Amino acid sequence: MLAEDASFTVTHVHPMRTLDGITLPHVLRFLRFVTLPGKKKMAARIHGGAGAGAATALSTFNPKKLVAPSRTNLPAARSSKRCIVAAAGSDASKSLRVGHSQKLIANAAVATKAETSATTGTGHELLLFEALQEGLEEEMDRDPRVCVMGEDVGHYGGSYKVTKGLADKFGDLRVLDTPICENAFTGMGIGAAMTGLRPVIEGMNMGFLLLAFNQISNNCGMLHYTSGGQFTIPVVIRGPGGVGRQLGAEHSQRLESYFQSIPGIQMVACSTPYNAKGLMKAAIRSENPVILFEHVLLYNLKEKIPDEEYICNLEEAEMVRPGEHITILTYSRMRYHVMQAAKTLVNKGYDPEVIDIRSLKPFDLYTIGNSVKKTHRVLIVEECMRTGGIGASLTAAINENFHDYLDAPVMCLSSQDVPTPYAGTLEEWTVVQPAQIVTAVEQLCQ
Amino acid sequence: MALSRLSSRSNIISRPLSAAFRRSISTDTTPITIETSLPFTAHLCDPPSRSVESSTQELLSFFRTMALMRRMEIAADSLYKAKLIRGFCHLYDGQEAVAIGMEAAITKKDAIITAYRDHCIFLGRGGSLYEVFAELMGRQDGCSRGKGGSMHFYKKDSSFYGGHGIVGAQVPLGCGIAFAQKYSKEEAVTFAMYGDGAANQGQLFEALNISALWDLPSILVCENNHYGMGTAEWRAAKSPSYYKRGDYVPGLKVDGMDAFAVKQACKFAKEHALKNGPIILEMDTYRYHGHSMSDPGSTYRTRDEISGVRQERDPIERIKKLVLSHDLATEKELKDMEKEIRKEVDDAIAKAKDCPMPEPSELFTNVYVKGFGTESFGADRKEVKAALP
Repeated sequence: MLAEDASFTVTHVHPMRTLDGITLPHVLRFLRFVTLPGKKKMAARIHGGAGAGAATALSTFNPKKLVAPSRTNLPAARSSKRCIVAAAGSDASKSLRVGHSQKLIANAAVATKAETSATTGTGHELLLFEALQEGLEEEMDRDPRVCVMGEDVGHYGGSYKVTKGLADKFGDLRVLDTPICENAFTGMGIGAAMTGLRPVIEGMNMGFLLLAFNQISNNCGMLHYTSGGQFTIPVVIRGPGGVGRQLGAEHSQRLESYFQSIPGIQMVACSTPYNAKGLMKAAIRSENPVILFEHVLLYNLKEKIPDEEYICNLEEAEMVRPGEHITILTYSRMRYHVMQAAKTLVNKGYDPEVIDIRSLKPFDLYTIGNSVKKTHRVLIVEECMRTGGIGASLTAAINENFHDYLDAPVMCLSSQDVPTPYAGTLEEWTVVQPAQIVTAVEQLCQ
Repeated sequence: MALSRLSSRSNIISRPLSAAFRRSISTDTTPITIETSLPFTAHLCDPPSRSVESSTQELLSFFRTMALMRRMEIAADSLYKAKLIRGFCHLYDGQEAVAIGMEAAITKKDAIITAYRDHCIFLGRGGSLYEVFAELMGRQDGCSRGKGGSMHFYKKDSSFYGGHGIVGAQVPLGCGIAFAQKYSKEEAVTFAMYGDGAANQGQLFEALNISALWDLPSILVCENNHYGMGTAEWRAAKSPSYYKRGDYVPGLKVDGMDAFAVKQACKFAKEHALKNGPIILEMDTYRYHGHSMSDPGSTYRTRDEISGVRQERDPIERIKKLVLSHDLATEKELKDMEKEIRKEVDDAIAKAKDCPMPEPSELFTNVYVKGFGTESFGADRKEVKAALP
């Protein structure tokens, strides 16, 4: 069911890929999109740190208008010159952008030639779990306070091989095999973080973290507030979730809907090797507790990622495929179902704009809003349950903020409110399938 | 100047000595050896000796600090009844010996983490009365800026990690702090305190297992006041020997009303934990108040029991007898000291009452590290301003 063929990967782009897959019609189409009057803000946002080429098209663009002052304090933007931040709109990072424009990875569908020609190396191909491992290893090399704790992360190499080889390299004190006690080891990770360590806590399956809910909600999320700012909890809690291949009800849970109300935490969901590595690094560097949601079925996705260091912005959504007719918001595995449906839709003459929201808490209402203002129709495709999921919150947020821009009610396709059954055919029908997405788009775009 | 020279022997007319007496507290360090009242009971280890090394200065400071803690808790009681303190207020009077004895055995680099009965431990770690009362009354100068309340006192610079409301959840946190101490090679230990009620929490045994596996310098201290809110220990625990419940982890049972026994046990535990990994200390103590201010404390135990403990085992009385028997001060001097403490507490309360409530914008600070507006920009990328009705 996953759209793993080459034609899909073209739309998921960054400068590396432009050397491979983008043809002239793509570039022209994008430039047309960029220079339309009144769209400068959107274009500037998408170009983010695009180099000289984009700068000329955006000569009247005033970055200060887009800047929220606190953006300048993004940890990655400040510290390392080598590090690349896919951030938009901040003053500090703008100078970083201009200086290192050739290295910045924008969220743009297409990068300009100025960017791509200056990139060093051609990148390397790897699978998503290897990208996560690379990100983790780089951060552990960079900061001796980073440690990993979880079940079977050390000697076994991780149940999904994300921590493979790390125990041999860093030793037993930094890659810790815990006994099976999520409540305790999550609590221990949080306690260690109170003193300044930066643990990466792995739940073998996100569903097991329900046992640690008390620690995650009360201690992880709230300690910074209840201590009046004395303690920060820079933990990363990560693990695979989502509906897999007939894993049964208890191993197919979507924890993002349960955690989303906890104040004080950030939630991100990765979907490609590129953003997996970027988000992992950003999450480790963040001073806030971050929950990184991976998906059981996405670990073997292959992609080419840059050789040089980069980070993805934790609070930003990713533009997967710009379009005109309808905004489709999705994240994690459903992104691939959407892109599969997008192929059918394009053949039928529709032009969907696909955004991978990536940041589940807080929502990147800026990117989403700009898209809604352009297309006036929104379809949310998610894997959470219908009741109380991320889609439900997102629908409420969009209705609250962008009601005037909507031509049709926000439609949300979610999983059914049932425990995930074991039988393959039934399991298929609990999650949203591309055919349903196509039907929904046709319905919305009438 | 040695107080012993100035203090009255039986045939010297005692002069008003309060001024001299106060000065002597900070200078006299004549060593004293004190015997603990009860022997230690040990599990899987050799109990420490009953003779505790101390000094006159320490003895007097014990009295003073414990009287201060007692006075602070009684004052909090009145404030709660006057509705200046709201919500939950868990008082520590009766258990002061544990806080003071522990403090005497360790440094500020050793970490303490406890549950919600944390006012006195905060004070022992160097917190000020003003911060305590301001936080209890929800004022902005409180130790957690008024946003934590009675159950969330923290003092990072003295390694006091709180202050936790959920029973038992602080024990894995404490073991995590011990892990960080081992990771950073700090040669410090963590005291994770919990009550007899929390001793039945599963996460405690999970954390203990990990601590023993990884040889973490964590010391689990069970403050056994024999009641888990309204449930007596014999009704909640099949095995009330909490010091033995670690099974493979050594344990020590201590008379928690004897500050010197606590001091000796904590010293012993620190040495043990740095070498051999976790150890459990059970402090046999008692609380005079109910579980919290909303619990009268008499429905599940008799008033005779409470007054019996107060007469026979009160920690402050014990120290007072020691002070008097070592001729470090007269009754009158101690009474003056108590009056002075009372005034100190009243002054702190008055000052705290004058402190303003937190600003409305404080509602949104410290949710995330960079401030609330950083991540949630809202649709127009401007900083989210807190607009309260």
